[in-house]
Amino acid sequence: RKVSGGAAGLGPVVGGSLNCVSFSSGVCWANSVERKIYIPLNRTAPCVRLLNATHQVGCQSSMNGDTGVIHVVEKDQDLNWVLADGPHPPYMVLLEGELFTRELMLRLKGTSRVSGLAVAISKPSPPRGFSPGLQCPNDGFGVYDSDYGPQYAHCNWTVWNPLGNGLSYEDFHFPIFLLEDANETQVIKQCYQDHNLPRNGSGPEYPLCAMQLFAHMHAVTNTVTCMRRNSIQSTFSLSPEVVCDPLSDSNVWSTLKPINASRKMDPADEVVIVATRIDSHSFFWNVAPGAESAVSSFVAHLAAAEALHKVPDALTLPRNIMFTFFQGETFDYIGSSRMVYDMERNKFPVRLENIHSFLELSQVALRNSSALWVHTDPVSGRNESVRPQVRALVETLLNSSLGVNVTLQEVSQSQPLPPSSFQRFLRARPIPGAVLADHRAAFQNRYYQSVYDTAENILMRYPEGLSPEETLDYVTDTAQSLAEVATVVARALYQLAGGTGNTSAIQADPRTVSRMLYGFLIKTNNSWFQSIIKQDLKGLLGDEPPQHYIAVSYPVNTTQLVQFVLANLTGTVVNFTKEECLNPERAPGADKEMYDYTWVQGSREPNSTSRVPFCVQSTVHLTKALSPAFELKEWGSTEYSTWTESRWKDIRARIFLVASKELEIITLVVGIAILVLSLLATYFINAKAHVLFSSPGDVAY
Amino acid sequence: MPMVTVSGSPAPVVPTLAMAFFWLVSLLLSSLVWFIAVKASDPGNKPLQKGLLIFGVLFSVLLQEAFRFLYYKLLRKAIEGLVALSEDGCSPISIQQMAYVAGLGFGLMSGAFSMINLLADALGPGTVGIHGDSQLYFLTSAFMTMVVIFLHTFWGILFFHGCETQRWWEMAAVVLTHLIVSGSTFWNPLYVGSLIPSYLLMFAMAAWAYVLSGGCTRNLLQRLQGQQSETSPQPGS
Repeated sequence: RKVSGGAAGLGPVVGGSLNCVSFSSGVCWANSVERKIYIPLNRTAPCVRLLNATHQVGCQSSMNGDTGVIHVVEKDQDLNWVLADGPHPPYMVLLEGELFTRELMLRLKGTSRVSGLAVAISKPSPPRGFSPGLQCPNDGFGVYDSDYGPQYAHCNWTVWNPLGNGLSYEDFHFPIFLLEDANETQVIKQCYQDHNLPRNGSGPEYPLCAMQLFAHMHAVTNTVTCMRRNSIQSTFSLSPEVVCDPLSDSNVWSTLKPINASRKMDPADEVVIVATRIDSHSFFWNVAPGAESAVSSFVAHLAAAEALHKVPDALTLPRNIMFTFFQGETFDYIGSSRMVYDMERNKFPVRLENIHSFLELSQVALRNSSALWVHTDPVSGRNESVRPQVRALVETLLNSSLGVNVTLQEVSQSQPLPPSSFQRFLRARPIPGAVLADHRAAFQNRYYQSVYDTAENILMRYPEGLSPEETLDYVTDTAQSLAEVATVVARALYQLAGGTGNTSAIQADPRTVSRMLYGFLIKTNNSWFQSIIKQDLKGLLGDEPPQHYIAVSYPVNTTQLVQFVLANLTGTVVNFTKEECLNPERAPGADKEMYDYTWVQGSREPNSTSRVPFCVQSTVHLTKALSPAFELKEWGSTEYSTWTESRWKDIRARIFLVASKELEIITLVVGIAILVLSLLATYFINAKAHVLFSSPGDVAY
Repeated sequence: MPMVTVSGSPAPVVPTLAMAFFWLVSLLLSSLVWFIAVKASDPGNKPLQKGLLIFGVLFSVLLQEAFRFLYYKLLRKAIEGLVALSEDGCSPISIQQMAYVAGLGFGLMSGAFSMINLLADALGPGTVGIHGDSQLYFLTSAFMTMVVIFLHTFWGILFFHGCETQRWWEMAAVVLTHLIVSGSTFWNPLYVGSLIPSYLLMFAMAAWAYVLSGGCTRNLLQRLQGQQSETSPQPGS
């Protein structure tokens, strides 16, 4: 997280005015001498430091940035120059995305001749796949440990992410940046070719092209240390210097039948929970497209929620359905562990005893020949009281796929659950539940938690020449497939909630799915999203693909957008004025305890720039997603997530030329010589002034 | 450094600083004019921007010389006041000394403004050149600054002498040479085109100012010879 602080500016602003020609409409902000020397790199993403109870991971640079001579590594042999042959260490390596592998990184980590790394994003994505996550994601924080299914712990039975190289969880002592813009990468390569290549057999000559990366992180060692330092600072200092922040945000939840959020649910009431995660991660900070790992699942979930709300007897079902969107699941289940913790301590309206069954959607976009796999927990499946309920749940699921192009199959009953929020609920209580995924054993996703998990990864392809509006509504095959998954889920939930009617009428709308996919993967600033958000939150929408990282300041864009989309899809429009909507206690017929009222800005009228706002009544709520370890101040906890993000002041990158040491020394010596010479001359002239300036004639006048 | 020459007594320090301030004001006004001109014009039109820069430099030179003249007028009045206040009817500082320190003040402030920006950026790890500029940028800027400081000092002496003795052609020469030196910087990055003429002019101005200040070549040679005769024993006496 960036800390704002005063930076000392050297040099007067006015002095350079005659040299400074302003190129753009803004005031001359960068001194023109600085512009002669440096080229700033604007489209970059850094790798920052994250800490947990025992380790620090990520990258660190020196306080004033790390500088190195640029060397472009396009094949393996180029690395020898950096590691052994090159005469001007330390080097700043510019790496092609394909070569960004664990072996290369471990070689770079072991040497002192590397002062930093810039990775050029590979287009197209590396064909063999790339995943900097762990092979066994969230190991140790799920349900399988030495007491509960020890043969399943630590991925002994199934390796979920075989392509995972664990780079995101390594600690590097030099800065690593991602170059997102191919044009900037080309500028750097051009500078390298102009100055850094050896000429005529001898080594490259000065001036050499160099790069400087600034990414100094304030936190060290682990969460225990940095939180302890935080508490010392806040206790004793007037302006505390916080060094790290816990990763936190909010979970979004909503119920099919409205419940009183401030009162606890009756123990006899039962709830079916359907859950997905909404966050992802990659090696670089705030780059987390998460198409297959997160977006596909929560988009299908939202579509299922919409379909269920359209069912006529939704409000008379025996059991309630709770749609839960967990934030922070990538980092050892922050959101779900917090919800379970709140449920255990009666801080949440629903209690663990009320949960009838649990259905989770994991990665569902890359279905191989329409197969969707049902994963259940083998350990609780042997429990006599839970087993029949699990069987009934699976039966319901298998029945719901009739007539839909989805082939539901159950994985072997001795296979453990994949990494899922359901595992945190099982830790607390044996609940019957299942996880739906497109993979039987190892992930189908070859870019799990990487920068390449984008719309392309889930095969979202649009035809050429469509306008943004047309692209928003165009139904891709991916959207169709996710809509089918959503239909299956909605029908299963209806039956699990005790519905007895005909389920063939429950259908998820592919058009809604395609709009959500467009909004969450390509561009949030589209007409639909604009019409469903509050008026004062226009900064929420951008033109770049959105990133789904939990971050430390909340609520992040993803959480807010999910909240608004859920409200729009499952809520109803009520005829309140703006005053009444913002203050529901004054509105007739409004029930503030059961519902949430939002004044959204509405869609634009045709041929007009004004919008027609309206009030939406929904059951959408936010609940805090901060790991219980921070509530309990157990920063070394092995039971709850302890992930924190370091703070930093300045993150930027720039390239420039460096002069040889000889030229620098010559300049210095010449300057000193002139100084000494002028002192001597002045002394001499001053001492003999009466002789030198004693000519008669017009002297004194 | 010439600052050594003014730090001996308090009297010359004040005019130095005052003149430095006058230079600052002249720079402020001229940069204001140039800034407004740039803002009012089309930023994409490169020849126009270049033309405006030339106009800006021209205007700044003329304004600096105008302020020098203004300062001379101010000093004239001041000396009358100082004479009236002093005990022995003489001012503590002669007009010649005023001319010298005034020029020095001008030069020092001009030098400071030229170099501080550069020095601030020279502190970083990079050097000029990534866009194709010459690597000797800092070195040549330093030499240019030095020659400008010297020139301002000598121009000060010349200008005040011209004002005192009503020799308008001396003042005109100062303005003209100032324009030539400033204009020669437009030859950059062909540093030969700006440094060499400026240094030649500087030596010329130095000689002229030396003569006007009461020095002459005879004294200089005598001095040098005197030194030589002191070191080698006189044959007989």
